[in-house]
Amino acid sequence: MSAPAERRMIFKHIDEEGYSNDIDCYLKNGGYEILKKAVTQKPEDIRDEVKKSGLRGRGGAGFSCGLKWSFVDRKSGKPIYLVVNADESEPGTFKDRYIIHQDPHQLIEGTMISCFANDVKQAYIYIRGEFPEGARILEQAIQEARDKGFVGKNILGTDYSCDMFIHRGAGAYICGEETGLIESLEGKRANPRIKPPYFPAVLGLYQCPTIVNNVETLCHVKHILEMGADEYLKIGTPNNTGTRIFCVSGHVKKPGYYEYACGEITMGQLLYDVCGGPLDGREFKAVIPGGSSAKVLRFGEKFTLKNKDGSTRELGVEDIPLDFDTLAACGTMGGSGGVIVMDDSVNMVEALANINAFYAHESCGQCTPCREGSLWMKKITSRMVHGEAREEDGELMKSVADQIAGRTICAFGEACSWPTQSFVLKFGDEFKSYQDDKQKASAGKLELV
Amino acid sequence: MNLQPETLARIDEVITHYPEKRSGTLPLLHLIQEDIGHIPEEAIEWIAEKLELEPINVYEVVTFYPMFRRKPIGRRHIKVCRTLSCALVGAYKTCSKFQQEFDTKLGKVSPDGEVTVEFVECLASCGTAPVVLIDEELHENVDEAKAKEISDHIKAEAAQRG
Repeated sequence: MSAPAERRMIFKHIDEEGYSNDIDCYLKNGGYEILKKAVTQKPEDIRDEVKKSGLRGRGGAGFSCGLKWSFVDRKSGKPIYLVVNADESEPGTFKDRYIIHQDPHQLIEGTMISCFANDVKQAYIYIRGEFPEGARILEQAIQEARDKGFVGKNILGTDYSCDMFIHRGAGAYICGEETGLIESLEGKRANPRIKPPYFPAVLGLYQCPTIVNNVETLCHVKHILEMGADEYLKIGTPNNTGTRIFCVSGHVKKPGYYEYACGEITMGQLLYDVCGGPLDGREFKAVIPGGSSAKVLRFGEKFTLKNKDGSTRELGVEDIPLDFDTLAACGTMGGSGGVIVMDDSVNMVEALANINAFYAHESCGQCTPCREGSLWMKKITSRMVHGEAREEDGELMKSVADQIAGRTICAFGEACSWPTQSFVLKFGDEFKSYQDDKQKASAGKLELV
Repeated sequence: MNLQPETLARIDEVITHYPEKRSGTLPLLHLIQEDIGHIPEEAIEWIAEKLELEPINVYEVVTFYPMFRRKPIGRRHIKVCRTLSCALVGAYKTCSKFQQEFDTKLGKVSPDGEVTVEFVECLASCGTAPVVLIDEELHENVDEAKAKEISDHIKAEAAQRG
């Protein structure tokens, strides 16, 4: 089994010798040519092209970008806003950081094309507070683009104008949720809004139609226009088009970022051939395939999936092609592309304790099931790790998790329950035997909480 | 409240980025915290007046977002990521090392006033874990040895300052 070749499209210039993040370098490499082409086209033609390309959002949910754009209320008479979601905060995800730091103009070009296509009046880049350098780089890049007429008044001499500003977050994970992000941009606590009626495409920023897209998604728009939707469709598999950037972290020899045609590489190829396999003397135990809220996969488990012709096929974790649909069929998700690998040195109770601490810290506190539930799940794993584990704790926690998902305003409810549900389901024995394991000192060697 | 003229100019400029003044809340808090190191009570009232809000509107934002702090911190702010990918490769040891080097506890100003060590959630650089954000600079692959090196460097700077 050897891995296919990387297909670097979004990350083409990342870590390239001599490539810098200033506009001169970008222009030398054909930069802003696609924007120049775009402004001569009809906006609806660009939207059709993006819809045809099958582009799915790269921020986590994998929702069709073309469809998202089609929901925008274009008849309200209100200005349309576009917000770039550069909040990158799902644990395990670190792709947007490199685009922002090393190739910011790619993002700006993709964003301006998307703005033109949607008749957007004003764009904001919502960047997480922990990227101070990224914010400075983007400010500088926007100014360079403004000076050259790619951003701001009368873009490229047309009568289309759209400015772009940076807005910095301040350390809250929930700002990655698009309506929480909008609240934050309005200067408030990032409490997500209830839908309906607050679908951003209709009632978003300042109660105006708003598009919120992930950094990587907007970069894809540029490439779709460059090669045409028909060519783009050839990359990846049906309904899972384009490339995906996998951010691999945890217990592999070569963690890092790798870009492949969607679905062309399997989990096994990625972890063994690309990332060099487990650390010496270790074996893979579990992997979270799409950011820490995605359900965990246990090495050794098998999935029986239906084929189109009605027959079935059996897959192990290593055999799963990394696209949106197969991972979903295996009960988890491709999410944001953050692949977190754990080897046999990890005790799963402790790993879950680490994850639960994260979600308890990040719940916005608006909905009772999530505010209380995430805290209780944290308290239970924390109590277990600190020496008072009971055999029934796994089931107790699962009962809490089961009462959160589906009962909250935003998807954070699912995000905080999925780890507990999947860890307890797949590693239930470790939860039952934790007290003994700890006494035998076979747990707790790696401090995770 | 004594803000630098440059901060005041940036505040006036940033407000123009938004059709509604209230959107200036986060940017103003960032600018003021960068200038004076934390968010005192008077800053909350000052921002409220500047943006034509009630102080509670600003206060609720300050208390929601982890990056805003109400009290001064050490000269350098050491933020160690504690989330899963970093923890899997030793972030807890890294964090203990910093605390030990500066004889301090999480969230407290060290006795020499040089640092405040904190655990923070995912810094989005999991491929180079463990990572540590010191003020505005990201340090990657910070194991205990590297934490010691960084600590020595900060101490040397302090000694030089006298």
